[in-house]
Amino acid sequence: MAKVTVDGIEVEVPNGASVLQACEAAGKEIPRFCYHERLSVAGNCRMCLVEVEKAPKPVASCAYPVNDGMKVFTDSAVVRQARRNVMEFLLINHPLDCPICDQGGECDLQDQAYAFGADGSRYTEAKRAVKDKNIGPLVKTVMTRCIQCTRCVRFSAEVAGTAELGGTNRGENLEIGTYVEKALTSELSGNLIDICPVGALTSRPYAFVSRPWELKKTDSIDVLDAVGCNIRVDARGPEVLRIIPRVNEAVNEEWMADRGRFSFDGLKRRRLDRPWVRKDGKLVAATWPEAFSAIAAKLSGLSGDRIGAVAGALADAESTLALKDLMAAYGSTNLDCRDDFATIDASRPDFYRFNTTIAGIDEADALLIIGSDVRREAPVLNARIRKRWTQGKFKVGFVGPRGVDLTYPATYLGDGPAAMSAFAETLKGAEKPMIILGRGALSRPDGAAVLAVSWALAAEVGALKPDWHGFNLLHLFGGQVGALELGFVPGQGGKDQAAMLGGGVDALWLLNADGFDPARIGADTFVIYQGHHGDAMAGRADVILPGAAYTEKEATWVNTEGRAQRGRLAVFPPGEAKEDWRIIRAFSEGVGKTLPYDDTAAIRAALAAASPVFGRVGEVQRAGCADMAGPAGGSVSGVPFVLPLPVYHQADVISRASDVMAECAAIYGPAPALAAE
Amino acid sequence: MALSDKDRIFTNLYGAQPWNLEAARKRGNWDGTAGIIAKGRDWIVEEMKQSGLRGRGGAGFPTGMKWSFMPKQSDGRPSYLVVNCDESEPGTCKDRDIVRHDPHTLIEGCLLAAFGMGAHAAYIYIRGEFYNESVTLQAAIDEAYEAGLLGKNAAGSGWDFDLYLHRGAGAYICGEETALIESLEGKKGMPRLKPPFPAAVGLYGCPSTVNNVETIAVVPTILRRGASWFSSFGRPKNSGTKLFCIQGHVNKPCNVEEEMSIPMRELIERHAGGVRGGWDNLLCVIPGGSSTPLLPKSICDDVLMDFDALREHKSGLGTAAVIVMDKSTDIIKAIARLAAFYKHESCGQCTPCREGMGWQMRLMNRMVEGNAEIEEIDLLENVTRRIEGHTICALADGGVWPVQGLIRHFRPVMEERIRQYKARTMPMAAE
Amino acid sequence: MSVHHEEPTSFAFDAESEAQIAKIVARYPEGKQASAVIPLLYVVQKQMKRQTDSGWVPRIGMDAVAERLGMPPIRVYEVATFYFMFNTKPVGKYHLQVCGTTPCWLRGSDEVLRACQDHAGVKHYGETSEDGMFTMTEVECLGACVNAPILCVDDDFYEDLDYERTKALIEALKRGERPTPGSTIGRLNSAPEGGPLVLTDMPGAGE
Repeated sequence: MAKVTVDGIEVEVPNGASVLQACEAAGKEIPRFCYHERLSVAGNCRMCLVEVEKAPKPVASCAYPVNDGMKVFTDSAVVRQARRNVMEFLLINHPLDCPICDQGGECDLQDQAYAFGADGSRYTEAKRAVKDKNIGPLVKTVMTRCIQCTRCVRFSAEVAGTAELGGTNRGENLEIGTYVEKALTSELSGNLIDICPVGALTSRPYAFVSRPWELKKTDSIDVLDAVGCNIRVDARGPEVLRIIPRVNEAVNEEWMADRGRFSFDGLKRRRLDRPWVRKDGKLVAATWPEAFSAIAAKLSGLSGDRIGAVAGALADAESTLALKDLMAAYGSTNLDCRDDFATIDASRPDFYRFNTTIAGIDEADALLIIGSDVRREAPVLNARIRKRWTQGKFKVGFVGPRGVDLTYPATYLGDGPAAMSAFAETLKGAEKPMIILGRGALSRPDGAAVLAVSWALAAEVGALKPDWHGFNLLHLFGGQVGALELGFVPGQGGKDQAAMLGGGVDALWLLNADGFDPARIGADTFVIYQGHHGDAMAGRADVILPGAAYTEKEATWVNTEGRAQRGRLAVFPPGEAKEDWRIIRAFSEGVGKTLPYDDTAAIRAALAAASPVFGRVGEVQRAGCADMAGPAGGSVSGVPFVLPLPVYHQADVISRASDVMAECAAIYGPAPALAAE
Repeated sequence: MALSDKDRIFTNLYGAQPWNLEAARKRGNWDGTAGIIAKGRDWIVEEMKQSGLRGRGGAGFPTGMKWSFMPKQSDGRPSYLVVNCDESEPGTCKDRDIVRHDPHTLIEGCLLAAFGMGAHAAYIYIRGEFYNESVTLQAAIDEAYEAGLLGKNAAGSGWDFDLYLHRGAGAYICGEETALIESLEGKKGMPRLKPPFPAAVGLYGCPSTVNNVETIAVVPTILRRGASWFSSFGRPKNSGTKLFCIQGHVNKPCNVEEEMSIPMRELIERHAGGVRGGWDNLLCVIPGGSSTPLLPKSICDDVLMDFDALREHKSGLGTAAVIVMDKSTDIIKAIARLAAFYKHESCGQCTPCREGMGWQMRLMNRMVEGNAEIEEIDLLENVTRRIEGHTICALADGGVWPVQGLIRHFRPVMEERIRQYKARTMPMAAE
Repeated sequence: MSVHHEEPTSFAFDAESEAQIAKIVARYPEGKQASAVIPLLYVVQKQMKRQTDSGWVPRIGMDAVAERLGMPPIRVYEVATFYFMFNTKPVGKYHLQVCGTTPCWLRGSDEVLRACQDHAGVKHYGETSEDGMFTMTEVECLGACVNAPILCVDDDFYEDLDYERTKALIEALKRGERPTPGSTIGRLNSAPEGGPLVLTDMPGAGE
């Protein structure tokens, strides 16, 4: 530790800390543009200059290491003047177009200009104009506003791992861009908007839409992948206008993926905003009582074993529990939450969780990825892996389709289950080896065997230890793990999804279950579809119950680690659509099987009683492996792994309804590994 | 007190003789090199310290001390010597002569210096424009390898030493040592933040020392003839002999090796045929390359050419490129062109330099015409102060000093230009 | 930066370039191949000169360098546009580089410029003559200031110029001649005009 005095305040900071960090420890705010905690230090903007005793000139506090006994001044005449100087230089070529700039109101340059800028300009020469670049449908550029801080260049190279942005030319002609016009290929590109301290990189879909002070801001959770990114949903009136990430060091740091960020226009399209009932082969608009009585009429004549329920990718925990309880009331144990046919073994949580935890990746020293394009299935989690890789001494092996670019080097082992063992020696040589098994690798006939073999491999290489759990299943959507935690799988004598399809049940309640081909449902099966989008599955329904999307309800989601987090209502559901658990609760009351909870607190208590996961919201209990015995398997086939999400930008009912994602899909197409086939 | 030929280090400065190894040996190069190395690393560094040699690239940092910063024991990383032949400071053309006419003094110096700092490899970074010079230097390196002077057991010294030539591609900033390292690593030549300094983290993250060509090329002679021989020239703390590039409005521009601390006037008159039109026709001199502020004739009359004397007059020895301007010179334009140079060569990394150099140039361009207000001279001066001392490297400082020098010594000329412009363009208003 | 000229659609290193690349890459430690980016961009520029008589680096050539050195292309684009000596668009058969920095300007670089304008068919910096013979570029200090003013033709410095000698040089180039680089007034390199005043009694002096 080093003792540093900042403006007379003595603080202790670790050796190797920067002066800026010392200043922050002393509660002194240091203005900055180029400095960003999660990026390498550039030291180029010069805004963070401070005075250090005995230094001949002001030093860039972001880059200058502390010394024991150092005296720092952040409010001296020298420092004040230096900040004014730098601000003046930043502004001479920056357009004064704040009134038409989307960054206005949340602009670092604007804010700091208030603090350190002059009230007029001394610059009377011609201002620089820089041509805008087209870098794709998500990030809009107004490059004349660029202050060349290079945060975006460093983000794309360091965090995203897709080095496509750079600074070309030099001096005052230094320009940020791709040089060759191209759409950025990163699934994390929206983060460029957040890290750009000025209005050079802004959100294209949000262009000229709103001002920050007009927005109602609601903290929530992203569900369009299974990472559980912490987000803020910004809405005006009934409309979600943008989604941005919040900081959660254990989950998403401060990043989020593009599908989660930019799909929200899909929340306005193809919405199920009223109940529908099929009459004479056609879906007709109905009232809630009509819809409920149609269902009640059908179910009342059926024995429990002829009724089934499937919870899908975007089902929240509350409604999943309610549906499970309703099915129990009907005497049905035909439940399944694996609407993608993944042969997940729900008998023990560590068979299906990402046990290492996301933050735990930082400690791992070898990684085998099986059948998962982590980059496109969980971009933020992939960035965490990449961050680990940049720190060195971290070997990665990959089994799956050829041509997957994970943004860090991985030894290619082969395309099928047989290749898994090829990395065993490397894993054995590691202290904390990890295996990531993609959920998609289980959606195949020998899925159970793949799971069992993967676990056995983890056991063999020392990934399962009392103090280290290196077995990880990577899920794809925010609703998948919660349903597993609630045991939404076949109960005693119950049918799984495959058995329910093809006429295995006479009535099938689909809760946000869009993960399979509706044609597989038996022709005579009565289908209740509860969800929010008029996607393919809704078209097969006999009754449609309009539910709320994740931005429209108070709901609990469990991420791939088994971390329960609360989503919040940012806007009300459209039309007559309702919060999903309340739909089921209302139905239960109508049929005299009243579920024992009628407010949020009560159902949450029921959740906590069902699984301890829901009793520690926001947290995850990280543990080693207590029991090496693995799931039951069988033998693996030689069939190559197939990736589960062919098109990154269109993977769920919301993104499939989004025009922005459609534009992306048209530009980026399927994942390269698939395109190559 | 003029230097005699027997005390000149660069005896083939003008290329009167061949550059090759055979000729170089006749001139005394590679004589007893192994014997010098046999005296040990500490002896070499100590001798360099005693010689008083200060870096010849412009900053004048004591060479022996710089070498002593290199780790004595390797922590597993190799050490590197990097030789700065990016000679780009306007007015400077001394290293070019060493490289094309006396390459073996440099190569031998590389071996001795590398041994002195525990390096088994060195890179010479030569500016891209010196294409023909690089061809000669590469041929000399090849020749040295063939003769066993480089490579394993270089020159029979028992020290393995590899020397590589790397050509830049047109960027003044690469003369800054950390920008040079970045460039050598295959990146844009953008200076690094310091600390860490190159001696701790330099080329490829390894301990490195960057020295100017002339600095390295004088090493063999210093070690052969002794520190006291070298330090007998020049004033204390300003020791040695030095290459001067005398140019501009002199009768016979030339390069010459002279004793440090020689009076400027003597230097110009003895070697360059004097100022065009005679000493009294002198307007001013930029004494040490473009970054050093100009000195008006009154100072030039008796100033000595060394670090300390020129510093006393708020200028510097820099690279010892003496740019002479006679009274016919449009001094505002001469300095404005330097402002354009620095604007062109700013790497663009730091805000004050990237934005400020263009501002300074545009203001200067108006000053050339006189299309400005008198108060804008103060604005210009203030802008230069706001740039100075606020950037990662010294390019910005060097870029504003010439303008500060102009304002310091020739403000009346600038004001007069503005008045003339007003009289010309707004005759009524001027009355 | 937008690309207005015609870019070639393919680029592959030829045998001569490959031989150079092998030598170049060997100079740098293993894993530090990126160091070879500037030398390889020169290789591209020289190959273009051999093949098209115009020494420049097309974008696809930058890509070839990136691929060879295992670098993201943008890192090569950055380097190619940062350093002034890489021509990112085609140039004429002869690249006339007029030094306009103060030391040359004091010695009459304006006259060199005027001679180029009058006789090489180029009026402005950055322009290529209609016959494709000359491209004229203003360059910053070339580092031969005691022999100012200087015109650099491709890689060769022509020194101690004035209007007439510049004109004569351009006319010679037009005739397909390549005058010997160096001083155009017969000076011994950087020695003062009329002969060295020092180093006169050195062995071999004046040989």
